[in-house]
Parts: sequence; C-alpha cells; structure tokens
Amino acid sequence: MRSSVNEVLDARGRHEDWAPLLELASREVFELMLGSQLTLPATEEEAPLDITSMVGLAGQLCGLLSLRCHGKSAALMASKMLGIEPDKVGPDISDALGEVCNMIAGNFKNKISGMGEGCMLSVPTVITGTDYSLTSQADSPGLEVRLRFEGMPILISLQIRG
Amino acid sequence: MDGIRALIIDDSSVMRKIVERSLRQAGIDLTQVLEAGNGVEALAVLTKSPVDLILCDINMPVMDGLEFIKQLSTVERATGVPVVMITTEGSESHVVQALSSGARGYIRKPFTPDQVKEHVIPILGGKS
Repeated sequence: MRSSVNEVLDARGRHEDWAPLLELASREVFELMLGSQLTLPATEEEAPLDITSMVGLAGQLCGLLSLRCHGKSAALMASKMLGIEPDKVGPDISDALGEVCNMIAGNFKNKISGMGEGCMLSVPTVITGTDYSLTSQADSPGLEVRLRFEGMPILISLQIRG
Repeated sequence: MDGIRALIIDDSSVMRKIVERSLRQAGIDLTQVLEAGNGVEALAVLTKSPVDLILCDINMPVMDGLEFIKQLSTVERATGVPVVMITTEGSESHVVQALSSGARGYIRKPFTPDQVKEHVIPILGGKS
C-alpha cells in the first residue's frame, strides 16, 4: 500500500498540513507489519503512556518523532511482529517499539516530496517510565496524532526545528 | 535442488525475525538462516559460511548496508550472491546507490510478504 501522488505534499508546505501524512504513515506501518488496523480514539487519554520510542530526524527536516504507548500495548506490538504470545516477548519489546517508530519516521518522510533524499534518521531510543521531562529544540508547533491500537491508546508526535 | 541459505542483516533482532518469516511465507525453502547486526558482523559470517541470498538493512551502526555491499567483493565466497536491501530509506538516491553498488533488489519498510516474494523469487532463478 503506497500513497498516491495526491497524498504527497511538498516539502515546503506548512508543517501543520503534515498531520494527515503522519497518520497515514502510522496506519500503514501497523497494517502491513502488525496486521492491525488503527482506530480513532473516543476521547483524549488521561492515563500516562509509560513507554516512549524516539527517532531523530536531521537534514532538510530536523526534529524528533516519538511514539508513546502503554507497556501492554508495546508487548502486544512485539508479539504481533514476532508471531508469539505477548507474555513471551521479553526484551524484544524495546526493539520492536523502536522499529515501529523507525518505520513510521521513514514512511512519513518518504511521503513528503523531496524529503526522502535530504532527511536522515537516527537509530531509535526507547524510554520506559513516566518520570522524565523531554526538552526539544523544536521551534514550531508540534504535530500530534492520537490513535488506538487494539483498543489501547497510542500517541505519535513530531517536533520540528526550522 | 537444495534449499536456500540466507543471511539477514539488520540491527533489529525483531526485524531479522520478521524478514525470515516473510521469506518462509513467500514459499522460499530456507535450510539455514544466518543473522548479523551490521555490515562488519555480516562480512565475518560470510568468511565462514557460504550463503545463497543476502537481505540487508541500510541504516545500521558500525557499518551500514551501502558500505557492506561495497566491501562484499572482498569476500571470495560471497561473489555473485544476490543482495536485496530492506530499509526505511526509500529515496531514489538510496535506491540508485544500492543498485549501482550491486544490490539486486530494494524493498521499502513497511513491507508485505508479497513484496518480499515479488522481489526475491525472481533473483533466485528457480532455486527456491
């Protein structure tokens, strides 16, 4: 499943216009790699999401893409990727969540005309827990996409600098 | 015809398992699956073990996939082994660079088993 020409926006477009592409990129990753259809959240989530995966972007697009979810969601993602039961995934949870975030970032940048050439991705970083603060040098309003994975909330964020 | 000995190179162990599963779902008869987490590890594996097919990520620490393809010619027993890139890097320049360096195929993540089948089966030339 690839985006049509109409779904690809120009790299010079306004960042806020990229939210639909970020959602599409996320939906494609979950559908193709996990066999799961993401759904829209009924309400904004209040409970803190306690596992975070982040991928940095550098070059024409500088910033940070993050994927946040509950540990139970992360275990389910890993289990679907590996084809095993969630209670058997063990340390592969972080690896799986990092890869999902990495694929969302790559899929997203490839949808923006000209961005695939000039934007590099970092290796993923995964943080477990909620007792931390994240300070980004982003200087424009970030994008947030809230969805549900198998009924559980996930939050995909993109903070952009420049 | 014997089955296929594959080397899967990716810094994510989860992704290596997904690639292996996709190869099996594509109907490829795998008799041996070797794994490496980067290009340097892969070159070391190849000096010891012959393979029929290499699937390789691009973005990896220590030695990335594009450098690995360039270095592949230094391993005598890997000469002529087809390499298929599987990566999130989907830009035309990456595709051109990979193919001009010797890769025989290029699959963008996220991917389906059908895409793996479409890109890998033809280069195996009936060996699967």
